[in-house]
Amino acid sequence: MTATYAFWLPLISTGVVGLAVAMYVIMDGFDLGVGILFPYFPEEIERDQMMNSVAPFWDGNETWLVLGGVWLLVAFPLAYSIITPALYVPLIAMLLALVFRGVAFEFRWVAKPHHRKWDIAFAAGSTVAAFAQGTMVGGILNGFHVENGQFAGGPLDWLSPFSIMCGFGLVVGYALIGACWLVMKTAGGVEKSARRYAKPLLIALVAFIVLISVWTPLQFERVAERWFSGWHMAYLSPVPLITAALAVSCWRGLNGRHPTMAFNAAVGLFVISFVGLAISTLPYLAPPSITLWDAAASPKSQTFMLVGTTVLVPFVLGYTFFVYHTFRGKVRPGEGYH
Amino acid sequence: MGVVSGIPLSYELGTNWSRYSLATGNVIGPLIGYEVLTAFFLESTFLGIMLFGWTRVPPWLHVTSAILVALGTAISGFWILSANSWMQTPAGHTVINGVAIPVDWFQVIFNPSFPYRFAHMMTAAYLTTSVVVLAAGARYTLQGKFPEEARTMLRMGIGMVAILGPVQLLLGDQHGLNTLEHQPAKIAAMEGHWENTGPAALVLFGIPDQDGERNLAEIAIPRLGGLILKHDLNGRYAGLKDFPKQDRPPVLPVFFAFRIMVGIGALLIALGLTGAYLWKSGKLFTARWYLQAATYSWPIGFIAILAGWITTESGRQPYVAYGITRTENALSSVGVATVATSLVAFVLVYTVVFSIGIYYIRRLVLTGPKPAPVPEALPNRPLSLGAQE
Repeated sequence: MTATYAFWLPLISTGVVGLAVAMYVIMDGFDLGVGILFPYFPEEIERDQMMNSVAPFWDGNETWLVLGGVWLLVAFPLAYSIITPALYVPLIAMLLALVFRGVAFEFRWVAKPHHRKWDIAFAAGSTVAAFAQGTMVGGILNGFHVENGQFAGGPLDWLSPFSIMCGFGLVVGYALIGACWLVMKTAGGVEKSARRYAKPLLIALVAFIVLISVWTPLQFERVAERWFSGWHMAYLSPVPLITAALAVSCWRGLNGRHPTMAFNAAVGLFVISFVGLAISTLPYLAPPSITLWDAAASPKSQTFMLVGTTVLVPFVLGYTFFVYHTFRGKVRPGEGYH
Repeated sequence: MGVVSGIPLSYELGTNWSRYSLATGNVIGPLIGYEVLTAFFLESTFLGIMLFGWTRVPPWLHVTSAILVALGTAISGFWILSANSWMQTPAGHTVINGVAIPVDWFQVIFNPSFPYRFAHMMTAAYLTTSVVVLAAGARYTLQGKFPEEARTMLRMGIGMVAILGPVQLLLGDQHGLNTLEHQPAKIAAMEGHWENTGPAALVLFGIPDQDGERNLAEIAIPRLGGLILKHDLNGRYAGLKDFPKQDRPPVLPVFFAFRIMVGIGALLIALGLTGAYLWKSGKLFTARWYLQAATYSWPIGFIAILAGWITTESGRQPYVAYGITRTENALSSVGVATVATSLVAFVLVYTVVFSIGIYYIRRLVLTGPKPAPVPEALPNRPLSLGAQE
C-alpha cells in the first residue's frame, strides 16, 4: 500500500504541476501576446482597446505562475532547488520583465498624455518575459549538471542555440494566441489587423513546432528513444495528427467567421505541444538524472497540498469563469470597461 | 505595485535560497501553497471586477468583490505570517538528515509565535493606513479643501490610531514576552543586554559593540528591564554572553531597528490620543500645530513596519529557520557575481517603479476626491481619477 502510494503520489503531483503550468501558459499567454503585438498597432486608440481587452484578467492569469512555482516547491523540493538556480538568469529576467509590464497596466492610464514609456514597458516586458520562458523550456530539455543533489553548473549553462530557438518559438506562439484573442474580443480596426497578423504567426508557429520536433530527438537520445523505439511511434502518432488538425482548424477559424474556434485551436496547439514536451522529458523533472520520484517531498506534504488543491481549485475556476463571463463580448474602439 | 512585487518571492526562494528550500520546503511550501489557493486567486480575480465592474455588475456584487479582495489580503497575511513564524519558532516537525518533515500540520501552522506576530502585523498594517488617511485629512483641512471629506478622514484616522496605538503597545509587549521564551538571544540583542548578573536594567540608548561585548555611551535605567520583560523589579533574563559568540545575532541593527519601531509606536500613541483630546474639546479643525504635525506623519507607519521586520529577521540570525538551518547553509550554489547583478537589477527596478508609483499616488492625494462621476464619464482606471485634472 505504502509502496503504491509512494509511487502514485508523485505522479499525481506531477499532473498538478503540469496542469498549473499549462493553465498559466494558456491564460497569461494571450495577455503576454497582446503585449508582444503592441508595436504593430501604432494608434493610441487601438492600444487602449487592446489593453482594455485583457486588463480585468491579467492579474488572475499570472497567479497560475505562482501556483506552478509553489507546487513545484511543495511536491518536488529537490527539483525546485536544482532547476531554479540553474535557470537563474532567465528566471530573474522574466520576473523583472513581469514587474514592468504589470505596473504598465496601471501607470499607462495615469501617465497620459505622457504614456509612451509605459507602452514600451508593456511591449518590452511582455516580449522579454515570453522569450525568457521559452529559453527555460529549452534549458530544462538540455538538462542540468548536478552534483550531490545541487546544481553544479555555470550561470549560462541554459544558453544554447536550441534554447534560443525555443525562446523565439514561444514569443511567436504567444503572439498567435494574443492575435486570436484580439480577433475574438475586439471590434473594428484592431480586429482586422489582428486577423491579418494571425495567419503568418500560425505558419511560423507550426514551423517552430516541426523544427523542435525534429531537433529534440536528434540532439537528445532519450527523446529519440521515447518517440521512436519499438511501437512507441504507433502509440504516440495521435500527437502529431492532432497537432495538424488543430493547425488546420485555427486557419479555417481565421478565414471564416469563427474567431472562437481560431482561439480555441491556438490554445489546443499549446496544450498538445505541452503534452509532447511532457512525453519527451518525463519521468525526469531535472534531466538527465533527477526523476519525479527522486525529487518527491514527504507524502504528508504532498497529501496536505493535494487536499487543499482538490477542494479549492474548483472554486478558483468557478469565480475565474464568472469574471470572464462578466466581461464577455467585444471591446469597441474608444470603449473601456466602465 | 504590490501585485507584481509579490510574484518574484515564489521563485527567489529557489534561485537564491535553494538549500533552504530543500531543507524546509516540505513544511514551508504547503503554507505558501495555501496562500496562493485561498488568497492570491481571490484577490487577483475579484480585483478585476472591483476596478472595472462598475457598470457590469449590480452594486451589491461590486461591494462584495471589494470585500473579497480585502479578505484575500487578510488571508494572505495569515499564511505568510504563519510561514515566517515557523521560521522563527518551528514546531510540529522532525528533522531527518537535515530536512524538516511535517508531523502535525496544526502545530506547524499555529506555531508558538504565530498568534502574536499575526496580531502585531495586522494591527501595524491598519495603523499605517490610518495614519495616511489622517495625514491626508489634515492636509486638506489646512488648505481648506474638501471640508466634508477632510473631516471624515480626520475622525476616521484619529479614531483608529487612538484605539489601535495603545492596543499595539499591549500586543507588542506580549509578542516580546513570547520572543523571550522562544528566542532569548533575539531579546538580548534588542535590549543590548550583555550580562545576566543581577536585576536587569533597561538600556535606553547605547552603541552596541559586538566584539567588545558591551555598549558604548550607554544610558540605562536600573531594574526597568526586569520589570518590562519579567513584570518583576528583581527580574533577570539571559544576556548575550550566555550564548556562544557564533550563535549571537548582529546586535547593532537589531538594537537600533527595535528602538526606531518603539519610538514611532510612542509617537503614534501621542498622535492618536492628542487628536482624540482635541476632537473631544472641539478644537480639532482649528489646531493648526496638530494638523501640521499630522500632515508630515504619513510615512512613519511604513518606517515602523520596516524597522520591526529588520528587528525580527536580523534577530533570528545566524539562523534562517531557527535552530534548523543556519543562513550560511541556506544559499544556492550560484556565483557571487550573478547574485550581485540580480540584486542590483532588483534594487534599480524597484526604486524606479516604486518612486514613480509614489509620485502618482501623491498626485492622486493632492488632487483629492471628486464627486461621483456619471458612468459615461468614468475614466478607464480608478487611479487615473487623479490625473484627469
